[in-house]
Amino acid sequence: MKNYDQLLTDLAPQKFGKKGVIWTIFLVVVIIAGLLAYIDQVIKGQVVTNMNDYALWGVYISNFVFFVATSFVSTITVAVLRLTKNAWRTPIVRIAEIISVAAIIMAGLTIMIDMGRPDRLMNLFIHGRMQSPIIWDVIIIPTFMAIALLLLYFPLLPDFALLKNYFKNTKPKLSKWYGNLSLNWTGSDAQKSIHLKSIHLISLLIIPAGFMLQTVDAWLFSTLFRVGWDSTNMGAYFISGAAVAGIGALITVVYVIRRFYNLESYITDLHFDKLGKFLALTCLIYLYFNINEYLIPEFTSKKEEITHLNVLVTGEYAPLFWFVIVGGLIIPIIALFFKKGRKPLPMFFISLLVVLGSWWKRYLIVTPTLLHPFLPIQGVPKEWHYYFPSLHEWLITFATLAMCLLIITILVRYVPVIPIQRTADEQEELETAKNIKS
Amino acid sequence: MEDNNKNSRRKFLDKGLKLGLATAIGGMAISKISKLSAKSNTSTGEFVELMTTDGTLIQVDSSEVVEVVQTCDTDKKYNVREGMPNRKFVMVIDLAKCKNALKCQTACNKHHYITGDHAWLKVYKMQEEEDTAPYWMPTTCMHCDHPACVTVCPVDATFKRRDGLVLIDNERCIGCRFCMAACPYSTRVFNWSEPNQGNMEMEMEMEGSCHSSPEFAGLPSVKGTVDKCDFCPHSIDKGELPHCVTACPNGVFYFGDKYEDTVTNGDETLRLSKLLRDKDGYRLMEGLGTKPSVYYLPPVNRLVDFEDGLEHYTEYKSVENTEES
Repeated sequence: MKNYDQLLTDLAPQKFGKKGVIWTIFLVVVIIAGLLAYIDQVIKGQVVTNMNDYALWGVYISNFVFFVATSFVSTITVAVLRLTKNAWRTPIVRIAEIISVAAIIMAGLTIMIDMGRPDRLMNLFIHGRMQSPIIWDVIIIPTFMAIALLLLYFPLLPDFALLKNYFKNTKPKLSKWYGNLSLNWTGSDAQKSIHLKSIHLISLLIIPAGFMLQTVDAWLFSTLFRVGWDSTNMGAYFISGAAVAGIGALITVVYVIRRFYNLESYITDLHFDKLGKFLALTCLIYLYFNINEYLIPEFTSKKEEITHLNVLVTGEYAPLFWFVIVGGLIIPIIALFFKKGRKPLPMFFISLLVVLGSWWKRYLIVTPTLLHPFLPIQGVPKEWHYYFPSLHEWLITFATLAMCLLIITILVRYVPVIPIQRTADEQEELETAKNIKS
Repeated sequence: MEDNNKNSRRKFLDKGLKLGLATAIGGMAISKISKLSAKSNTSTGEFVELMTTDGTLIQVDSSEVVEVVQTCDTDKKYNVREGMPNRKFVMVIDLAKCKNALKCQTACNKHHYITGDHAWLKVYKMQEEEDTAPYWMPTTCMHCDHPACVTVCPVDATFKRRDGLVLIDNERCIGCRFCMAACPYSTRVFNWSEPNQGNMEMEMEMEGSCHSSPEFAGLPSVKGTVDKCDFCPHSIDKGELPHCVTACPNGVFYFGDKYEDTVTNGDETLRLSKLLRDKDGYRLMEGLGTKPSVYYLPPVNRLVDFEDGLEHYTEYKSVENTEES
């Protein structure tokens, strides 16, 4: 029992303190700025963006793809590590589930920002046609969202019951909330058995759902004729890229939470070491698909492909392209090969670089392709030959990123970031094992 | 006892309802009949002289003269999404004749009230390679038989008709721009802001034209939706050729019906199959499998000098600024 008390004081949600409050206010301010920009966009039309009839999609779409990719984190860590029986996952799965939920919610919201007529959203349900890849997205995003929410909520039941008792005297109101959310969890054997089965089923479900989500996202592009998108590589390319973005985001958030809540005894160097190896593996796979994506067209040298590749490799997008490839993939891979590179602090910077690279990578997938259509760009204003997001677009994009972080922050505030019950169970198991040995 | 009671109540309700229904129908019928008879009875004795369609004068009682209510869809059976029955519209563009006079573009911009920065009809300055000859290439919407834009539209806002036209219902379009990304010919334009179409509304009313039909693209254009060349079904309907065809001084554009196997540029009417065979007609990007309805005749045996067209060429402009201030 003493064990539980210690765990609860360590892991039960705590008040933010000054730093946390400042952080939250900062996020809210960024969101409000974005909201104002969005209202302006709705009133004036998307003329406030720098998009045009050639660069017809911009940072909204690449940001959307980034959110979709990041939501893959629960598939690749929670589910895959569970099914492969990697026991070290316990202290990081809850954070992964939280990121996944936040990212998929924001993906659903960001795609609407790009719509010219958000007021006609219901047309997607009234007049939806199955043959359009956008309808596939309309189906898979809510499906994935539901599964991701369940994957976060179900394992939380025992923890909510614990928190209900923990806060009974200090915060009766909060305790009542936790009580309601725990769905009368008593911890009986029957409940435990159903609980375990359900979690297993949900983690089985989220793997195909995650793969479908990433693939549909890839197909939004590869079902079109455009050079740079018209590739059979896209599905696997997006899935592996999503794994990189997801794990990168996970490590960054894990590091920050660990420091903020002083969880060094729960999230240890071992966990970072394991996560580092996992990130290196996914980066290698993604690099492999990148080589496929760029090297083969370079080899066959079709005229349009070469024009597109030259813009990326040596042209106006070259600095960004090489930052993404070298900074976002090659340097992390090399650094993660060394044991010192897999220590918490270096890992934090590496994964920050990976996340940044992942975000710009989506930008590079969306924008340059559109600026090289089959017929030359003629008869339109000179600005239409280029694209860089306008102030409105940046404000709105930062607001969506801030909103994602705010959802994570709120969840971290009210939900135990490390599963309490599971940690206690595992410690018990460990002790009994020790006792048997001695 | 109770059962019996219930039964009788049910019967009463049933009969009552039936009787009520019969009365209502009867009443409606009687009122209709009385109206009909009333009409023929009240002749005023005043006569109005009218001319029939074949030119003979007739006298009609003034009470019989009823103003015809002008409706937009005079023929209720006509379905905008089905199109004109038994037609298949095609266009042939003879590159040998084009010298970038741009009258087509001006006419198109004017009649569709295009106010954005991007014309629906463009004349490209083309040159495949350094060693090959340059030429002028007008493009409209290709009205493909396998339209990539229609395939990807999530809400069926852009659609393909039996008569070959690909049109947009801009009252349904959600503005996702997926169709624009799908179109390999970059033919679609977006209304990024509220289109300022000037006194379009008034002018259209004066002409007695209809509004808000996919057959009249751009009339009016709608903010946040996609527009493009509509092949002018409103002109075809009146027995006229599309605006670009009639405006072209060089007879570059031929328009016609594939089923009738004829196309015309206003001056000469030709057999479509023979024209395409004799002059090696082709379509743009055939390899993509889009099956366009617009054919091109290669720029051979040119009657015009390429250089002549440079005079009108503007790389960064396709719509004249019509702002009156």
